[in-house]
Amino acid sequence: MAYTLKVNGKTHEVEADADTPLLWALRDTLRLTGTKYGCGIAQCGACTVYLDGQPLRACSLPISAVGKHEITTIEALEGAEARAVQAAWAALDVPQCGYCQSGQIMSAVALLKVVKKPSDRDIDLAMNGNLCRCATYVRIRAAIHSAAAALEA
Amino acid sequence: MADHPLPLSRRALLKGAAGLVVGVFLAPGAKLAQAASPAAAGPFAPNAFIRVGTDNRVTVLVKHIEFGQGPFTGLSTLVAEEMDADWAQMRAEHAPANPALYNNLAFGPMQGTGGSTAIANSYEQMRKAGATARAMLVEAAAQRWKVPAGEITVSNGVVAHAASGHEARFGELAEDAAKLPVPSDVKLKDPADFKLIGREGKVRRLDTGAKSNGAARFTIDVYAPEMLTVVIAHAPSFGAKVAAFDDKAALGVRGVVAVKQVPSGIAVYADGMWPALKARSLLDVSWDESAAEQRSSAQMLDQYRTSAGKPGVVAAGHGDVAKGLEKATKTFTRDYSFPYLAHAPMEPLDGFLHWDGKTARAAFGCQFPSIDQPTIAAVLGIEPAAVEIEILLAGGSFGRRAQPEGDFAAELAQVAKAFGPTRPVKLVWTREDDLTGGRYRPLFLHRMQAGIADDKIVAWKNTIVGASFAKGTPMEPMMVKGGVDSTMVEGATELPYALENFSCELHIEDSGVPGLWWRSVGSTHTAYAVECFVDELLQAQGLDPIEGRIALLGDDARYAGVLREVAKLADWKGPEVRAGRARGVAVAKSFGTYVAQIAEVSMAENGEPRVHKVWCAVDCGVVVNPDIVRAQMEGGIGYGLGAVLYGEIRLDYGRPVQKNFDGYRCLRIQEMPAVEVVIVKSAAPPTGVGEPGVPPIGPAVANAIGRLGRERPSQLPIVPGAV
Repeated sequence: MAYTLKVNGKTHEVEADADTPLLWALRDTLRLTGTKYGCGIAQCGACTVYLDGQPLRACSLPISAVGKHEITTIEALEGAEARAVQAAWAALDVPQCGYCQSGQIMSAVALLKVVKKPSDRDIDLAMNGNLCRCATYVRIRAAIHSAAAALEA
Repeated sequence: MADHPLPLSRRALLKGAAGLVVGVFLAPGAKLAQAASPAAAGPFAPNAFIRVGTDNRVTVLVKHIEFGQGPFTGLSTLVAEEMDADWAQMRAEHAPANPALYNNLAFGPMQGTGGSTAIANSYEQMRKAGATARAMLVEAAAQRWKVPAGEITVSNGVVAHAASGHEARFGELAEDAAKLPVPSDVKLKDPADFKLIGREGKVRRLDTGAKSNGAARFTIDVYAPEMLTVVIAHAPSFGAKVAAFDDKAALGVRGVVAVKQVPSGIAVYADGMWPALKARSLLDVSWDESAAEQRSSAQMLDQYRTSAGKPGVVAAGHGDVAKGLEKATKTFTRDYSFPYLAHAPMEPLDGFLHWDGKTARAAFGCQFPSIDQPTIAAVLGIEPAAVEIEILLAGGSFGRRAQPEGDFAAELAQVAKAFGPTRPVKLVWTREDDLTGGRYRPLFLHRMQAGIADDKIVAWKNTIVGASFAKGTPMEPMMVKGGVDSTMVEGATELPYALENFSCELHIEDSGVPGLWWRSVGSTHTAYAVECFVDELLQAQGLDPIEGRIALLGDDARYAGVLREVAKLADWKGPEVRAGRARGVAVAKSFGTYVAQIAEVSMAENGEPRVHKVWCAVDCGVVVNPDIVRAQMEGGIGYGLGAVLYGEIRLDYGRPVQKNFDGYRCLRIQEMPAVEVVIVKSAAPPTGVGEPGVPPIGPAVANAIGRLGRERPSQLPIVPGAV
């Protein structure tokens, strides 16, 4: 069956079974590979994308449920929050292996769009669905605080 | 950010660099750029490690895989330092599989990454490579400007002759330099003149940009025309074989191209991951488990406890433990047990292979090229030289990709072979494959016995029981000597402490569960047993954990160095902090690096320990990148903490119970303590940091729990599993 997906501002026709997770449509069909596979059951957050701006695990959303909602992936992340977060990630050299970092950044930017000056507790709540086996958590936390400060300045 | 330097492919990297060194990515049979010989014109390639493009870029071919520990940046720092390059012009990419050029000097004749050796074995080699390149660029400038080479200076990538006013960047000299003979003996810098090595803030990681915008390319991101995605239905227990299978329903899934039996299970070939997964779930496979490991973890531990009561092979010892125990006025016995642990890197195992019947081209996060290359060749019946391996960034390893028997490489080749040389394949393990697929940190039991008399430890006996993953593999001659597998006892045979009657014995048990090294290997359990037990003895004597340890130390002053530094950093005033919180100490040396940690812990209302903060002192000799050293300590602490708190793969009648991250609990951000790291100044030769942050965290937390008036957890993980 063919589905019309609006991804990163463009419309795509994707031919796939209804139960195909959005993750695999993005990766295997649209070749948007910044969104990663880590568990397939919404436990690790490596596949975090936005659905109408809200963070969501692409591994657990069937393509048939996307409808007219707009999908944003790491490749099209933009805006002041995204720039601040990516700059903070660079300034603190957050990533190690880097595999989970697309998802981390998607969650971090989504947080800053809603909470301008997040507390540690806000960060825990927004980021606890994103696993990092390299345990870069200390720097993720510091980078989110730093990005928030930069946005405020 | 957008212009950050991580190469997406060799081709992308070299575009603009005179285009002569071309790495063709996906076409099989195409020759890789000959790393050994410089191109005839254009890029200046003074040796196997450095390329200088006419576009001024300096590319370092890094012989160690980058999966987070920073060799791209570290090895490039060594080159840039001796070249006097500008950091902004540096790029890094993986060297291809070529053991003749890219051996790990710490491993002997073998190309591979592991044992926290990347910096240690590259320190001189990469500096020499950089100094050689610099000497040739200077000579090219001297000839062009007709001035003495000795009057030429190099700074921030600019070659200059002050008296004549000449100046050139590396790129402008590259073609001339390429025509010069390679000097055999070059002088290295005096460390006092270092501008990058060991300097704070001078170097940022080369891979951060691409790892912050989705551009970094991992194995799972490889696509090629006609490529099939492959998943395998693996056996439910270790040693089980396919008895029969029915693939009718699986073949009915749209996008599924074939189903084939391979040695490790039933492989599904499809146009994409989802059809492959769907079809795999529809396979009807009967397994013959008659020869499989069918014991539960608990049964194995029972057996290990029985073994621990018998004499083992003596791995180390001095004095007379029995006599020491006789004269003791107080004796202590404690068993510590350690579960199977999966490495669970964020990117499960995966690999790309295009076999055309004669040659093969693989691309994956290959950690042991010297093993994987001949393994692939043997399966396909071709010469190792006919197998090219492009090494890609990997989403973590922690030991998982370093396979002494090359099992994943073999499976990748078997999958390609079973389909035939018509289409390339990408084999992907799911998280379930990863967690139930074995190669675990093996199950271990430590039995500790000690005696105290006259305020002194007069006997120490440590009996270790576990399985050896080296036995029966090509690694056995290197790792198993006199009946002792050194990876099972490291950290328990040479203690920091001078003990008069000491013995460490080993029992190697048979097991059908495939094991593997797991970040810090033997020290994952030996440091816990040793440091918990010594702390218990100190506490029983009413001694301070820091001062008590220092008083016990032998001759190696670097242990005292890290203990004193960490105490200073934490403003140590004893283990008691305030109501409900205590601090625990542990120290361990692994891979030549000394690490001491202090953990501040309370018990939460749900009964789980809460680790608030960890202070860490590290002595890894000469430091190349201080911020990467800190990052590895932070990461090692988080990785180790997650394991001691929650990590367990439990076997139930031989079958792994934890199958995904819902059951295999890993540390999350709200459980990560604050971390403060101090690097001890040292002129000793550099040692690694990828693993040594791990061993002390478990015992530091347990010892804090001990100082809270509870028993130190003797059975890991500390928090019982949810599954």
